[in-house]
Amino acid sequence: MSLLEVNNLKVEFETADGIVNAVNNVNFSIDEGKILAIVGESGSGKSQTVFAMTGLLDHNGSATGSVKFEGEEILNLSNQKLNQIRAEKIAMIFQDPMTSLNPYVRVSEQMTEVLVHHQGISKSDALKQSISMLDAVRIPDASNRVRMYPHEFSGGMRQRVMIAMSLLCRPKLLIADEPTTALDVTVQAQIMQLLSDLQKEFGMSIILITHDLGVVAGNSDDMLVMYGGEIMEIGKTENIYSASTHPYTQGLMTAVPRLDDSEERLITIPGNPPNMMKAPVGCPFSPRCKFSIDTCSKVSPVLINVSKNNHLRACHVATEEIL
Amino acid sequence: MSNQTILEVENLTVNFDVSSEGDMPWTKAKKLQAVNDISFSLSAGETLGVVGESGCGKSTLARAIVKMVPAESGKVVWLGNDLLGLSHSEARQYRKQIQMIFQDPLASLNPRMNIGEIIAEPLRTHYPKTPESDVKARVRDVMHKVGLLDNLVNRYPHEFSGGQCQRIGIARALILKPKLIICDEPVSALDVSIQAQVVNLLMDLQEEMDLALIFIAHDLSVVKHISTKIMVLYLGNMVELANSNDIYQSPSHPYTQALISAVPIPDPNVEKNKELILIEGDLPSPINPPSGCVFRTRCQKAQDICSQQKPEYKEVATSHSVACHFND
Amino acid sequence: MIVANKNKIKDMADNLSESGAGRSLWKDARIRFMQNKAATISLFILLAIVSFSFIGPYFAVWSYEQIDWNAMGSAARVGMPSIESGHFFGTDDLGRDLYSRVIQGTQISLMVGVLGASVAVIVGTLYGATSGYLGGKTDQIMMRIVDILMSIPYMFVLILLLVVFGRSIGMLFIGIGLLSWLDMSRIVRGQTLNLKNMEFIEAAKVTGVSDFKIITRHIVPNLLGIVAVYATLLVPGIILAESFISFLGLGVQEPSTSWGALIKEGAGTISYETEWQLLFPLAFFVVSLFCFYFIGDGLRDALDPKDR
Repeated sequence: MSLLEVNNLKVEFETADGIVNAVNNVNFSIDEGKILAIVGESGSGKSQTVFAMTGLLDHNGSATGSVKFEGEEILNLSNQKLNQIRAEKIAMIFQDPMTSLNPYVRVSEQMTEVLVHHQGISKSDALKQSISMLDAVRIPDASNRVRMYPHEFSGGMRQRVMIAMSLLCRPKLLIADEPTTALDVTVQAQIMQLLSDLQKEFGMSIILITHDLGVVAGNSDDMLVMYGGEIMEIGKTENIYSASTHPYTQGLMTAVPRLDDSEERLITIPGNPPNMMKAPVGCPFSPRCKFSIDTCSKVSPVLINVSKNNHLRACHVATEEIL
Repeated sequence: MSNQTILEVENLTVNFDVSSEGDMPWTKAKKLQAVNDISFSLSAGETLGVVGESGCGKSTLARAIVKMVPAESGKVVWLGNDLLGLSHSEARQYRKQIQMIFQDPLASLNPRMNIGEIIAEPLRTHYPKTPESDVKARVRDVMHKVGLLDNLVNRYPHEFSGGQCQRIGIARALILKPKLIICDEPVSALDVSIQAQVVNLLMDLQEEMDLALIFIAHDLSVVKHISTKIMVLYLGNMVELANSNDIYQSPSHPYTQALISAVPIPDPNVEKNKELILIEGDLPSPINPPSGCVFRTRCQKAQDICSQQKPEYKEVATSHSVACHFND
Repeated sequence: MIVANKNKIKDMADNLSESGAGRSLWKDARIRFMQNKAATISLFILLAIVSFSFIGPYFAVWSYEQIDWNAMGSAARVGMPSIESGHFFGTDDLGRDLYSRVIQGTQISLMVGVLGASVAVIVGTLYGATSGYLGGKTDQIMMRIVDILMSIPYMFVLILLLVVFGRSIGMLFIGIGLLSWLDMSRIVRGQTLNLKNMEFIEAAKVTGVSDFKIITRHIVPNLLGIVAVYATLLVPGIILAESFISFLGLGVQEPSTSWGALIKEGAGTISYETEWQLLFPLAFFVVSLFCFYFIGDGLRDALDPKDR
């Protein structure tokens, strides 16, 4: 049984200008101890997907479908139950750690609070655990630093504090929403290394949301590519990188310059990301796709297996034509 | 035409005054060394990439060249004239030849002006007597050049996507037919698929107009792709300057090495077998930087000499200079 | 090269094919404002009140100075609102026509509010924008002056001014105008400091645009939104201040009148069972203030949709 199973997830937002379909028919699952990367550009619905799963949608958003965590339905649970799940089983870290850390409260206070509240242990035990967790995320001199305020840490250290906090209750699943986007490359390398070490140490699963194909390549077992609120391609990371079968995935791969390669000219995806206010009919990528045929702008393609190892794609055009 | 040196920066240093909380008005402010003793030269048609992490002074360097922040010492020689020695009005005539594009595409456009007004502004500022019909023609021209439809002139910035806004910013920079464009993180706020469009556009324009570019970014892959040579900055100091291929193939400075190893490669096979050089610790405070070599506090090779002596720039190969005590 | 450009242009065309005039932020704001029912209705009511204060006198039977000797001293019995006697809103104790008096009071109160607010807006915007844009020591000194002026109790100074220099509308204007620009200048300065660091200001500087042009072309137009909002909220504030002063008997003097003066009279004579004397001016006063606040709110939402 997989740890998390998402079926036909749909997210809609009611805005002044009408209803926006941010996420459409998203299906995926993640096994225990695996890292799944969700790749997409802004507006692809990658963040909204996990917000819907964890009940963190904005008030004007609504989600339908099914999200099963350890076999239990968690979509649209009451806030109280979701709070408990978010604290104990599914943890989240965000791009900007400052949004989830209270700047006026010491780190020690913020960390022990979680433990005391959810595990009912004594304050001094909680502090010990907090310090050992800060040690685990390689914060030097943790026993003193724990008494500092969030703003006294550098960006990378702050993200470590955030990770330590999210791991306090030993969650089964960690959702990392662009955890390194705001950080410098050398710090990004540290954090990604840390996450993959911790993942092995604690045996948890990670959902890694990012737009950086480099980060995905080194740090995930499976990946799914989203565009315009829909899944374009899903499969094992190696398979997708070695033989991507969707025009959008291919476009993304060729659009980023590689440090270890010197291409003369980047091959671009023409046009602009879709405006979700007036999402295109049919395949959301069809207006920008060089392979698109008549059907593409009329019928939404469904995810179909392309090979035995769970490699699926949503495209009307035959694989042979694209490769 | 090419290979003519147009810009020479010599020993440029920029300091900022920082006052800490609780200081009295008469307390002497502390000095923050934002850019320290940087020299380089740039020829027409060339691209200098400037990389470094946040706080390394790369944006300040750009702003010092266009005199947006005052330089402490050094020279910025533009076509034989030291810009820093000129008064503002004298420098104005050179200003037209150096333009800038910015990181946040939307924030760099005045939300209350339409696209036509925004693009025409530099032209109206420097040639106020240009007849309206000429202005319109030039705007239309330059919009075509950056791939915008000219019937969009009456629209406002908020009606465009990030990539389009960046094109508008480029059009504004191009209208005076400059010789140098300083690009301050021009693609880092853009989506992956749009980044490539803008990079290609800049490279096309460079070829077409024989432009020199100073391309500032933290993304080493993009910088390497677009640049002819690359300067690596750390805490306001230049640690390495070389041709872009040399930087990647034979990085000499420990910091450059770590930087390159940290850049993720979009290929699982390469990435999973890669040897990562991690830098430990945090960036030191620029208010009191480490003595000697600024990188020594985080450098694996650091020895006594590093804290005593500031390393000189040494040529390790043709046009490849490094500031490190230990390179052979 | 040309082919590549053509393709690029075609791509853009697909995304933004409708040509012609764009929607400026002002136009956008107007549309959003119109969608706000409370604000639109308030604007409509307020316009009705303003036009009433100008058209109203043509329908009046009595002028505001004229005394109906029949009603004098017996307003409770004779001076009630009636169409036959020509006193549509009744009369006051002295037999003066309340309809005409309310119209006059409306004119004066609105004028004090709008003129006072304009003075505050103009002085405050210029002061704040200059202080913010110049920055450094100048900014420090200019803002300390504001701090000092702010620390003086507003009402106290106003009352003192009126007592020492005599009670006149002119003095009232000076008093209110002198002090109400302080908040405005602070708000504008703060906003200018934000704007100053925006990249489009930097872009203009790099291009070589002069400081004066930067202020007039780039900073002030971007301040207008917040200024407009604050001004609509300032008008009722000033009307309130004027009413309070007049209520104390220090403001507008007879035979002129204002909402505050009328309300004071009405309140003073309420025991004679002439409740219309209080209710008519009070209704105008309350409705107008509500309208101003709703419009201010609507403007803020319309101009700054992110902060909703």
